[in-house]
Amino acid sequence: MKNGGGVEDSVVVSTDKLVRTFRVGRSELVALKDVSLEFHRGEFAGLVGPSGSGKTTLLNIIGTLDTPTSGTATVLGERVEKLSPGQAAALRSRQIGFIFQTFNLLPVYSAYENVEFPLLLLGLSSAERRKKVTDALEWVGLADRAKSKPTQLSGGESQRVAIARAVVKRPELVLADEPTANLDAENSHKILQTMVGLNRDLGTTFIFSTHDEKVIRYLRRKISLVDGKVANDEARSPNTD
Amino acid sequence: MLLFLAKGLFRDRSRSLFPLLTCAIGVALVVLMDSYLRGATDAMFNATASFVCGHVRVATRAFEKAGTDATNELALLGVDSVMAELKRDFPDVAWSPRTRFGGLIDVPDSAGNTRVQSPVAGLAVDLSETSPELKTLRLEKSLASGRLPSRPGEILLSDDFARRLGVKLGDKVTLVSSTMNGSIATWNFALSGTVRFGILAMDRGAMIADIKDIQQALDMPDAADQVLGFLPRGQYDDRLASRLAAKYNSVHPDEDKYAPQMETMRWASGLGAMFDIMGAASALIAFIFVTAMAVVLWNAGLMGSLRRYGEIGVRLAIGESKHAVYRSLLAEALLVGLIGSTIGTLVGLALSYYLQEVGLNISGMMPNATMVIDDVLRARIAPTSMVIGFLPGLLATFFGAAISGLGVYKRQTAMLAKELGS
Repeated sequence: MKNGGGVEDSVVVSTDKLVRTFRVGRSELVALKDVSLEFHRGEFAGLVGPSGSGKTTLLNIIGTLDTPTSGTATVLGERVEKLSPGQAAALRSRQIGFIFQTFNLLPVYSAYENVEFPLLLLGLSSAERRKKVTDALEWVGLADRAKSKPTQLSGGESQRVAIARAVVKRPELVLADEPTANLDAENSHKILQTMVGLNRDLGTTFIFSTHDEKVIRYLRRKISLVDGKVANDEARSPNTD
Repeated sequence: MLLFLAKGLFRDRSRSLFPLLTCAIGVALVVLMDSYLRGATDAMFNATASFVCGHVRVATRAFEKAGTDATNELALLGVDSVMAELKRDFPDVAWSPRTRFGGLIDVPDSAGNTRVQSPVAGLAVDLSETSPELKTLRLEKSLASGRLPSRPGEILLSDDFARRLGVKLGDKVTLVSSTMNGSIATWNFALSGTVRFGILAMDRGAMIADIKDIQQALDMPDAADQVLGFLPRGQYDDRLASRLAAKYNSVHPDEDKYAPQMETMRWASGLGAMFDIMGAASALIAFIFVTAMAVVLWNAGLMGSLRRYGEIGVRLAIGESKHAVYRSLLAEALLVGLIGSTIGTLVGLALSYYLQEVGLNISGMMPNATMVIDDVLRARIAPTSMVIGFLPGLLATFFGAAISGLGVYKRQTAMLAKELGS
């Protein structure tokens, strides 16, 4: 079965001969070269590779934060290269959650308010927001820290609030860019287990950009990028011991 | 969403407190300056009207032309009939004849020889009980000692002047001056009281006499330098004064240099340019403050944008459009501007009210001034005081944020992941 974008229904993201180049001075840097991939609903996949391999660039395009130089990227049925900035923002607002390396919580708001923010953009009623935020904080085990400010939270707690913020609107897709880079092993483990649980319980697709072995152990699909090309794409059994 | 923004705004003091203080201080200063300028202008124009030229003045063409060099030989003749005509044609205006004169005050000793002499600046006015001059010149309030002249031959001297001359109440003094025709005139007067106007130019060496006495002393029967008119509400109204002058002059087209003509205070005082400057000064002050505030708030906005770089990046990544982020920055600025302008206006009005009631004594700043102006300058609050700072404060905050917020449009979403990850 195909949807309007010509992509199978279970396919959340697909790229076809994706190229992204950047002009650096007089020379041209090729960040992605002929990347063709598909991600299906419910995947727990990671883009793995050293710095400069193109994983963040690919994540940016999948997240509609950037557009390809050539080739196509279809995200949730929308052709990224054809989206206006406003349409891209609307798609992110409704369907895509982001988790960043440095948490990026809004410092003057409580954990509850940080998680509530994406729902405000969607214009949900106060009662709907309260229900969803409470649920999200419970998913990440921080219902009792709802009133805490980011400065009162540990790194692990902050990242769990960021995860709650990413999933509170029940997006189809969550993109996580080096989510454990600022966390110790124990907190990384907790965070990843939280995301595995959300992936299992909510059916949310997670795509990571990482070179952290702790994250890689949890992936069910590992896509290795080298110099902007897909060097390896393997399904695997997660090793969470 | 607005509530959410307001929460963030007031929790983050660096985002709200500095712009709010900048706005409030700027607005308060604009209100204070405007009120003070209005009060100072009023004081200057009122004092000029009261002591120099009235709101309108009828004098001979030659007298007007001579300006400050005018002498009594250019005085208006047939003053009684001029007054009768003015009272008939302009009944709402308070009319009063005056003559200025100069000369020497000679104070004799007990033997009748000169003990001391001093130049004097004289002012002859109608001192009868029903005269509007009593109110115009605030004579009763200004009495420092003694009483107002009630009998022929009595005069007032400025208090400091009388002390300097060593003249006491009831003492005789002789005015040595010149008649209207240029002859020497001497006339004896008795001091009935001393006055202190609080206007240095008047308090330095003034003599005030009844105009009938001076007409006798200076041989000016039925003559006066000028007839001054004061408009009904006691405030100068340039349009009304111009209309009165045009009407009077239209029935007195005589080109004879001794024929009467009416001039408004704008021209008679030589303060025409000052009228225009003062009119524009408030707008200029508001403009300067608005520009300065806008620049400061623009910079504050830029600093704020730097501080909130991460926050704005996250909002864009989460899916808030650049337009929405920009609009929220403007909404925050409007809220800050609204509160800052309200506080600023209230503070400005409170300070202005204090200056309106208490005033600022400037006599120490101009010990040798010849300007006719009260020693104590006061502010005057007017309906425009409510908006003269409020609107500019609101606009400055808004434009400051509008300019600095444009940076949102320069953010490249492609760089967000990198920026937010670092």
